[in-house]
Amino acid sequence: MTDITVYSTPTCPYCKMVKEFLNEKGVEFKEIDVSTDRDAVKTMVEKSGQMGVPQIEINDKIIVGFNKEALERELESE
Amino acid sequence: MNDVIIVGAGPAGITAAVYAARKRMRTLVLTKNIGGQAALSGEVENYTGFQLITGMELAQKFEEQLKGFDVEVRTDVEASCITKKGDHLLVNTPSGELAARTVILATGRRPRELNVPGEQEFRNRGVTWCATCDAPLFSGMDVAVIGGGNSAMDAALQLDAIANKVYLVNKNDDLAGDEIMKEKLLASEKVELINLAETKEIIGDTFVTNLRILVDGEERLLAVGGVFIEIGSVPVNAPACEAEKNEWGEVIVNERCETNVPGLFAAGDVTNIPEKQIIAAAGQGCIALLSAFKYLSTHQFENGKK
Repeated sequence: MTDITVYSTPTCPYCKMVKEFLNEKGVEFKEIDVSTDRDAVKTMVEKSGQMGVPQIEINDKIIVGFNKEALERELESE
Repeated sequence: MNDVIIVGAGPAGITAAVYAARKRMRTLVLTKNIGGQAALSGEVENYTGFQLITGMELAQKFEEQLKGFDVEVRTDVEASCITKKGDHLLVNTPSGELAARTVILATGRRPRELNVPGEQEFRNRGVTWCATCDAPLFSGMDVAVIGGGNSAMDAALQLDAIANKVYLVNKNDDLAGDEIMKEKLLASEKVELINLAETKEIIGDTFVTNLRILVDGEERLLAVGGVFIEIGSVPVNAPACEAEKNEWGEVIVNERCETNVPGLFAAGDVTNIPEKQIIAAAGQGCIALLSAFKYLSTHQFENGKK
C-alpha cells in the first residue's frame, strides 16, 4: 500500500470529509496541518501548484478538494 | 420506473428521502455531496433538538438517518435539465436520461462568482471561495476580500489574525451586516476598507499577484497574493430548466412545494422560500415529498400503478 498524505487545516469542512471518507475506507494516512507548518505549505504548493486545502497525495498524484470518485479510483488502483 | 428522483442531498433532499423511504416509494437520490451547504456551516445553534452542533456533525446525522433506509444514493451523476415527457419526468445526466413519475429538486445554492478575467484561471492559485478552509495558507501575505456582507466581514476578520494586510473591497458605500463585526474591522490596523469599488480583473503568473479595481472612476492596482470571494450565493437552478423562476433565479413554489411543472416539486434554498435556514429547508423537504406522494396517489399513469 502506498503512503497517503492529507494536507489540511483544522477549520476546513472538506478536509474533515476527506479524513472521514478515508477512515471509513479503513485506510491509513498521514495528516499535515498546514495552518501551523509554514514549510508544509511551501511543500504542498510546490508539489501541486495549487493553494487550497484539502490536498491529498496518493499514488504520486495530488487530488485537490474532496473528490470522492477520484479518491476511490486511486484507492482501487493501489 | 422510479416513483421519485430526489436531486440534491442537503437538509431538504435528505428529509425528502427519509419520508420517501418510509412511504416505501421507489426512490433514487442524485447528489454531488451529502449535507450541502449546511455541512459547511460553522456552529448551528438553531436546529431544534440540538443546543449546539456543527454543520458538519448535523450533516453526518442526516446521512446516518438516510443510511438506515434502503434508498439508492448516487454521487457519480450530475443532473442537468429536468423535462416533462408524457405523464412522467426525465432527469438528464451525462450518462443518459433517468425517468421518474415525480422529481424533487433540492439542489440548494452555491457561492456566487465575480465573472471577471482571471477568476477561473487562478482558482486555487490564490483565488478561493472558502476562507474557513484556506485562510491559514495566506499567513503573512497581503490579501483582498471581495464583498461587503457578513460572510465577507467574517473572512476579513479571520484573515486579520493571520495575514499581513487585508483589503476589504466592497462595491457599496457601506458594509452591510452585523455591527459588532463592522466595529472590529474598522478598529483593525491591518484592514483597509475600500468602498464603492468595482473588481475588474485578477492578475498573476503562476499565482495571483494583483487585483485591479475601479474606485470612483479611478483605477487601483492592489498587490495581493490572495483573493477571497465572498459575494453571496446563487441558486443551483440549471435542472429547473422548465420551471418558473423569480428574478433571482429561485424556483417558484407554492405552499405545497409544487412548481408550475406537474410532478416537479422543489424544496430548500433553491426555491423562493423567504428564509434560507437549515430547519426551513428540511421542513420544505418533508412537504415536497408528501405532496409528491399525494400526486402519485391521485394521478393515473400509463404503465399502471406499478
